[in-house]
Amino acid sequence: MEGDGMVESITMQVRRYRPEEEEEPVWQSFEVPRHDEWMVLDGLNYIKDQLDGSLSYRWACRMGVCGSCGMLVNGEPVLTCATYLSRLGPDPVRIEPLKGFPVIRDLVGDIQDFIDKLQSVKPWIIREEDKPISEGEYLQTPEQLAEYEQYSMCINCMLCYSACPIYALEPDFIGPAAIAIAQRYNLDSRDEGSEERMDVLSQHKGIWCCTFVGECSVVCPKNVDPAGAIQRYKVKATAEWFKSWLMPWKKL
Amino acid sequence: MAHALEKIVNHFHQPRPAKLAAHKASNPKYELYHPKWYRQRYPIFWWLEKLAYRKFIARELTSVAVGYVAVMLILQVWVLSTGEQAYERFVQYLRSPAVLFFHGVVLLFLLFHSVTWLNLAPKALVLHVGRKRVPDAGVLAGHYAAWLVATALLVWFLVGS
Repeated sequence: MEGDGMVESITMQVRRYRPEEEEEPVWQSFEVPRHDEWMVLDGLNYIKDQLDGSLSYRWACRMGVCGSCGMLVNGEPVLTCATYLSRLGPDPVRIEPLKGFPVIRDLVGDIQDFIDKLQSVKPWIIREEDKPISEGEYLQTPEQLAEYEQYSMCINCMLCYSACPIYALEPDFIGPAAIAIAQRYNLDSRDEGSEERMDVLSQHKGIWCCTFVGECSVVCPKNVDPAGAIQRYKVKATAEWFKSWLMPWKKL
Repeated sequence: MAHALEKIVNHFHQPRPAKLAAHKASNPKYELYHPKWYRQRYPIFWWLEKLAYRKFIARELTSVAVGYVAVMLILQVWVLSTGEQAYERFVQYLRSPAVLFFHGVVLLFLLFHSVTWLNLAPKALVLHVGRKRVPDAGVLAGHYAAWLVATALLVWFLVGS
C-alpha cells in the first residue's frame, strides 16, 4: 500500500535467453513496484535500471508509434508501451519475445526476415513516368485517400506476424503486414505499380498461404486490418486472373 | 605514439578469421559475428492454444459437411436416374434413425460453417454506392438477405410443387 511506507509489488516473469550461458530460454522472476500508471515497458525499464542491467529488449518512443516494443505479454502479442501493467492479473505477468522470430537474446528477436519480405512488395509509390515538378503535386480527393489510409497506419510492429500461425508454420509466407502495406500502395491513386507487386503477392507464398485465421487484425494496435487487406486482394487477384483469360489484350 | 598507431592499424587490418580466433581464445563461449539464435518449435497442437484458433479450425473442418451434402445431393440424383425402386430404397435409408441423427449433426455443422463464413464476407468485399463505401453491416445484410431468399425459393419449390 502506498502511503504507509510499503509499495505493493507485481511479479514479472521474463523469458531470458543468454546464448553464451544457456542452450534454451529460462524464466526469471522480478518483483517490480505496482503503480497504476505504469505500462509493462515501465516494469521492464525498472528491471533494467534497478535489478538486472543485462536484460535485453527493444523500445524507443514509449507512445505506440515506433513499433519496436512488441512482446508477448501473458501469451498475447501487444505493444508493451501501451499495456497497463497493473491491469494484468493475476500475478505473475509473463513476458516473452514475439512468436515466429528467432530469438537473438532475451526479448530481442531477429526481424530481418520481415524486413526482406517488406522490401519484396516494393512499399513505395511506383510511377511509369514521373511528371515534372513544374506541373505541381499529384492531387488526391478525400475519397481516394480514404481508400488506403487505414493501411498506411501500419507501424511495422510485427504483432500480426506473431499472432499468425501460418507465418510460424510456413516461413516463406510474406505475412500480414507486408501484404497490408502492399495494398496501401496498390490502392493509392498516385501509384502505378500494382502489376509489379502482383508478381509477388499472387504467388502461393503471398496471399494464397493465408487461411484467414484473422488474429492478425485482432492484435493490430493501429486497426490496420491486414486480414481484410489479404482477403480483398484474393478477390482482386481472382478477378484479374479471369480477366487475363477473357481479355488477354488488356493490362491490369 | 607510432606503436599505438601501429596497434590501431593492425586491429582494423587484421583478417576476420584471425580476429575471430583471437576473440574466441579470450572467451570460448562468445561468438562475435554469428548470433546463436534460439528457434522455438511450433507445437503441432497450436490450434488448441486460443479460443480464436479453435473457432478457426471449427470453421475450416465444418466445410467437410458442405462437401458431404453436395455429394449426397449428386448421389440422390444419380439413384433417381437408376429407377423408382432404387430411389425408394434410398429414401428408406435416409429415413432410418441413425441416418436422421447423423444428418441432424451435419445440419448443425453446415449452419455453423455458413454463418461463420458469411460473417467474414465484409472483410473481402468492398462495395461502393456512388462515392460512398457500403458499411460492413450493409454487406452482411445483403449476404443474409440473399441466403434467406435462396432458402425461401427452395422451400417454395419443394413444398409448393
